[in-house]
Amino acid sequence: MLELQNVSYEIDGKTILKDINLKIDDHFVAVTGPNGSGKSTLAKIIAGILQPTSGKIFLDGEDITELSITDRANKGISYAFQQPVRFKGLTVKDLMRLSAGKETPYSTLCEMLNEVGLQSKNYINRSLDASLSGGELKRIEIAMIFARSSKLSLFDEPEAGIDLWSFQKLIGIFEKMVEQTKGNVIIISHQERILNIADKIIYLKDGTIAQYDVREKILPQLLDSITAD
Amino acid sequence: MDPIQKKILHEVADLDALPVGAYNIRANGKSAARNSTANIEIVTKEDKSGIDIIIKPNTVNESVHIPVIISETGLTELVYNDFYIGENSDVVIIAGCGIHNCGNGDSAHNGIHTFYVGKNAKVKYVEKHYGEGEGRGKRLMNPTTVIHLEDGAKMEMQASQIAGIDDTLRNTKAYLGNDAKLEINESVMTTGVQNAVSEFTADLNGENCSCNIVSRTVAKDSSTQHFTSRLNGNNVCSGHTECDSIIMDKASVLATPELQANSTEASLIHEAAIGKIAGEQLIKLMTLGLTEKQAEEQIISGFLK
Ligand SMILES: Nc1ncnc2c1ncn2[C@@H]1O[C@H](COP(=O)(O)OP(=O)(O)OP(=O)(O)O)[C@@H](O)[C@H]1O
Ligand SMILES: [Mg+2]
Repeated sequence: MLELQNVSYEIDGKTILKDINLKIDDHFVAVTGPNGSGKSTLAKIIAGILQPTSGKIFLDGEDITELSITDRANKGISYAFQQPVRFKGLTVKDLMRLSAGKETPYSTLCEMLNEVGLQSKNYINRSLDASLSGGELKRIEIAMIFARSSKLSLFDEPEAGIDLWSFQKLIGIFEKMVEQTKGNVIIISHQERILNIADKIIYLKDGTIAQYDVREKILPQLLDSITAD
Repeated sequence: MDPIQKKILHEVADLDALPVGAYNIRANGKSAARNSTANIEIVTKEDKSGIDIIIKPNTVNESVHIPVIISETGLTELVYNDFYIGENSDVVIIAGCGIHNCGNGDSAHNGIHTFYVGKNAKVKYVEKHYGEGEGRGKRLMNPTTVIHLEDGAKMEMQASQIAGIDDTLRNTKAYLGNDAKLEINESVMTTGVQNAVSEFTADLNGENCSCNIVSRTVAKDSSTQHFTSRLNGNNVCSGHTECDSIIMDKASVLATPELQANSTEASLIHEAAIGKIAGEQLIKLMTLGLTEKQAEEQIISGFLK
C-alpha cells in the first residue's frame, strides 16, 4: 500500500504538485489528466527520482521519503518511464537480467519478451541503442517491469507508441502482474481502454487531485466532459 | 610456463592450453612455443627480432595465435611481425600482449605488425592488451599496425586495452585497394594517471573501397587520452570514423578528426562525442535496484563490450 501525505513539488518558483494526499490500496489504479498536469512528476516522486519539496511518502506504513531510488527499488517499487532510456552497448538481455535477477534462466527472459510481443530471438541480443524503434523500446521497458515483478509497479503511458493490435495483449500483461504480485499496478494513461480496466481512477489537474474514485463513478463523467468540449 | 604467465595468457588470448592451429607464443623476449601447419608457416626473422607468418592462398577456416607475455621487470622489446595472407584466404589471427610487472623497472612491448592481405582474402584480427603487477615499474605498450589491403581484401580488426597499461601509443595505418573493406573496432579504458594515444590513418586509394573505424573509450581518474583519425579519400570510396568517449573524474580526452577528400566521389564522415555518463542511464539502472556505483560499472562494461 502506498500513501502520500501533503506532497508538494516546486521547481523554479513554480508549483507542479500541490498538497497531494493519496492512498492507493487497490490493485489497479489509473492516473489520467491533461498534458502537464503533473502525472509523470508524481510517478518520479514515488520512485525517488524527484524529492518532494514538502510532504511524506509511505510504503506499507514505512516512511520512505528519505530513501534513495535504489533503496525504493529494493523495497519493491518499479517505474516504467514515459520516455525509456537508450544505452550504447547494454543489450536487451543485460537489462532483462538486471531486472529479473541474476539467477533467472535465459528461457524465462525470452518468455517475458515474447509476452510483450517481441520475438525474443530477434531482440534478446540487440543493443538498447538508437537502432530500436520507439514502440520496441517501450515494450522492452514494460518487459523489464514485468520481469521485476515487484509489489508496486508504475507505468507511465505504457500504451504510447504501441500498435492497436498489441493493445489487448498489453492489458493482459497488467492483469497477469496483479495476479502474480498481488500488489498494486498504477498506470498513467490517456486511453479509455486502460481506464476501463482500472479499479479506481485518479484525475489530476493543475498539480492537484481533482477527482479520485472508483471507475464506475469517474469514467462516465470524464467521457462526458470530453464530448462536451 | 609459470602460473603468472599462464594467467596472462588467459587474459590476452583466452587460452588455457596450447591452441589448435598455428601459433607462436613469445614469453620474455623468446619464443616459448611454436606450431606451423600445412597452410600456415611461421618463421623467425633473420635480420631483426620477430616472425613472418605466411598463409598460403585459399586457406580457409584456420587460425593463428601469437600472444606475447612479459613477466620480467625492466624488459623492453621491439618486435616485427609480418603477415602474408594469400589470395582468397579466410583466417582469424589472435594477437595479444600482457605485461606483469612487479618490479621497479619499466617493461615495454613495442610491436610492429604489418599485414599484406592478398586479393579477395578475409582476415579477422583480434588484439588484446593487458597489464598487471604492483611494482613501481611502468607497463608500456606501443603497437603499430600497418595494413595493406589488395583488391577485394577485407579486414576486421578488434583492439582492446581495458586495464593496466600505463602508457600507450597506438598507431594504425591502412592502405586500401579497389573494393577493399576495413572495419576497426577499438575499445580503451584508462585509469589513474595512464595515458593513451591512438592514431589512425586510412588511405582510401582503390575504387569502391570503404572503411569504418569505431573507437569507444572510457577515461577515469586523472588519465588522459588523445585520438586522431585521419581518412584520405582518394577515389570513389566511403569512409566513416566514430569516436565515442565517456569521461569521468578529472580525466581529459581529446578527439581530433581529420578528413581529406581528394576526389569528388569520396564520401567521408566523422562523428565524435565526449561526455559523462548520462544521468538518466544511471537513474534507470538505479530504479532496477542497482547502486549508483553498480550502475556506473554496468554502463561502462556494456559500452566497452
Ligand atoms: N524541471 C522542470 N522545470 C520547470 N518545469 C517543469 C520541470 N519539470 C516539469 N515541469 C513542468 O511540470 C508540469 C508537469 O509535468 P509532467 O511531466 O509531470 O506532466 P504530465 O502530466 O506527465 O504530462 P504529459 O501528459 O504530457 O506526460 C509541466 O507543466 C512541466 O512543464
Ligand atoms: Mg508525463
